[in-house]
Amino acid sequence: MSRITADEVRELALLARLRLSDGEIGAMTDNLGAILEYVDALRALDTSAVEPMTHAVPFDCPTRADEVKPSLPLDDVLTNAPRRDGNFFQVPRIVPGPGGGSEGSEP
Amino acid sequence: MIPARGATAVAIAEGVRAGKWLARDVAEQYLDRIARLDGALGCYLLVDGDGARRRADAVDAARKAGRDPGALAGVPLGVKDIFCTRGIETTCASKILKGFVPPYESTVTARLGEAGAVMLGKLNMDEFAMGSSNENSAFKPVRNPWSHAHVPGGSSGGSAAATAASLCAGAIGTDTGGSIRQPAALCGVVGVKPTYGRVSRYGVIAFASSLDHPGPFGRTVEDAAALLEVMAGADEHDATSIPTPVGQYRAAVRAGREGPEPLKGIRLGVPDEYFQPGMDAEVEAAVRAAIEELSRAGARIVKVSLPNTKYAIATYYLVCTAEASSNLARYDGVRHGYRAPDARSLEEMYTRTRGEGFGAEPKRRIMLGTYVLRAGYYEAYYGKALRARRKIADDFTAAFASCDAIVTPTSPVPAFKFGERMGDPLQMYLADVLTVGPDLAGVPALSQPCGFTKVGLPIGLQIIAPALGEEMCFRVAAAYEARTKWHEQLPPEAGS
Repeated sequence: MSRITADEVRELALLARLRLSDGEIGAMTDNLGAILEYVDALRALDTSAVEPMTHAVPFDCPTRADEVKPSLPLDDVLTNAPRRDGNFFQVPRIVPGPGGGSEGSEP
Repeated sequence: MIPARGATAVAIAEGVRAGKWLARDVAEQYLDRIARLDGALGCYLLVDGDGARRRADAVDAARKAGRDPGALAGVPLGVKDIFCTRGIETTCASKILKGFVPPYESTVTARLGEAGAVMLGKLNMDEFAMGSSNENSAFKPVRNPWSHAHVPGGSSGGSAAATAASLCAGAIGTDTGGSIRQPAALCGVVGVKPTYGRVSRYGVIAFASSLDHPGPFGRTVEDAAALLEVMAGADEHDATSIPTPVGQYRAAVRAGREGPEPLKGIRLGVPDEYFQPGMDAEVEAAVRAAIEELSRAGARIVKVSLPNTKYAIATYYLVCTAEASSNLARYDGVRHGYRAPDARSLEEMYTRTRGEGFGAEPKRRIMLGTYVLRAGYYEAYYGKALRARRKIADDFTAAFASCDAIVTPTSPVPAFKFGERMGDPLQMYLADVLTVGPDLAGVPALSQPCGFTKVGLPIGLQIIAPALGEEMCFRVAAAYEARTKWHEQLPPEAGS
């Protein structure tokens, strides 16, 4: 039996905010199933005596002086915005309203 | 003036610094080569000719005014398109970042520029650095300069191929699971993955933050050393960068070239686990012969063991996909890059932007990472992988108790053909089997040419050292290079 079903893949895609076609769901189910089967080999490794390794080198989060420094100019940052309204990134409306939610309905 | 084909970065900088030739003339020569030859190779995603001329002129002006034009004065450089370059489009070879023009510069490219290097343009790669063949670029494949039917390796395939084909005199890339060393091996150039934190990640588009290592590509060991000396060092913009002073890499190269036995007193470990059935016979023969050569250079060869090597790929793909799913959450169509048109809700904009903007491999890794981080699965997969990572790192610590460096093949196979592994993601992942260990452990590793197969494909030798042991990598590699001629061979080109 495969390690993952197509329904689980659909649920995962929702969690990952990825819209996948039916064809992609099928391929993804096969691929993820094979990869999960492969990584199952790790179960044979006894890791009871070791701590998880989250950093490649010993690392203490350093602190810096809390000084005000200039940020990037707003215009430079907003220049990449797919849609912009003044100093804001513009997105489709979040709360459904009577006028529909499309981007095009905004000023 | 120095002919660009086969020129080293060090020779170019020496000539520019001495006033023997102009940085501008060097840049023009490389831009001309790119215009003539890159159509067939696909190394560059963007060529910044005007910018390169401006940068070269500034180097020449500095020299004429009596100012120091920098250690890398006039060196024409290729930059993997994962490094943010202010005012110059940076895409990570992904449709989702098409049109993104960074408002700031990565620390690495800023330092190289200050040292006089002349960036020519942005190099092709696997999308978001995910891949081992460069076939995952959303825009075009890169061809191996030694054989256009073969892949250049990946993910820094453009960096390796451009360096091999003299479409730049040196390049930079990133290595998360082998993405510098594997393409360096497959294209017959030198590639270095330094210690984790030795080079700042500021301005490098994140794939797996605990594994991402920026590093250099060079035609020779000394070229790679010269680039790394400039790139390395602490950076206030990257909290994980290491404060230890940068090593004397070029001095280590000179030490490796000195006398009849430059490696006297050095113990080189050879792990059986890196010579497994399934390895290409020509690769194994070339690497064994290279180890013999290192022994003749004075090194003592000792047997070491890295017993958990067989768990490295599984561990790597659990850790890197978990981190990737988190890092790639930022591509949502709100602030930069691609946004799906005409979405009727925010939710629809997110899912369609990501569904349309990402290619197959980033989607696969986001999905796997989301799976292994899920409540209920986290400890069984991600938690387990973090513990396995510790065991793999401990293997290296134990091995380095009885040797100064470890020598292995870089890739178990030479360059493979296009399409050969694309149908099976797991087969592609296994291409990294000999390179992921040093990434997981964070220790430095270098790949250099050590031969060719009968059909003329390059073979790579990997030298792994303990944390912050880059000088040992360079010394051993320089000793080998001084005794062999592989690095002098140039790939064929049209009209040659």
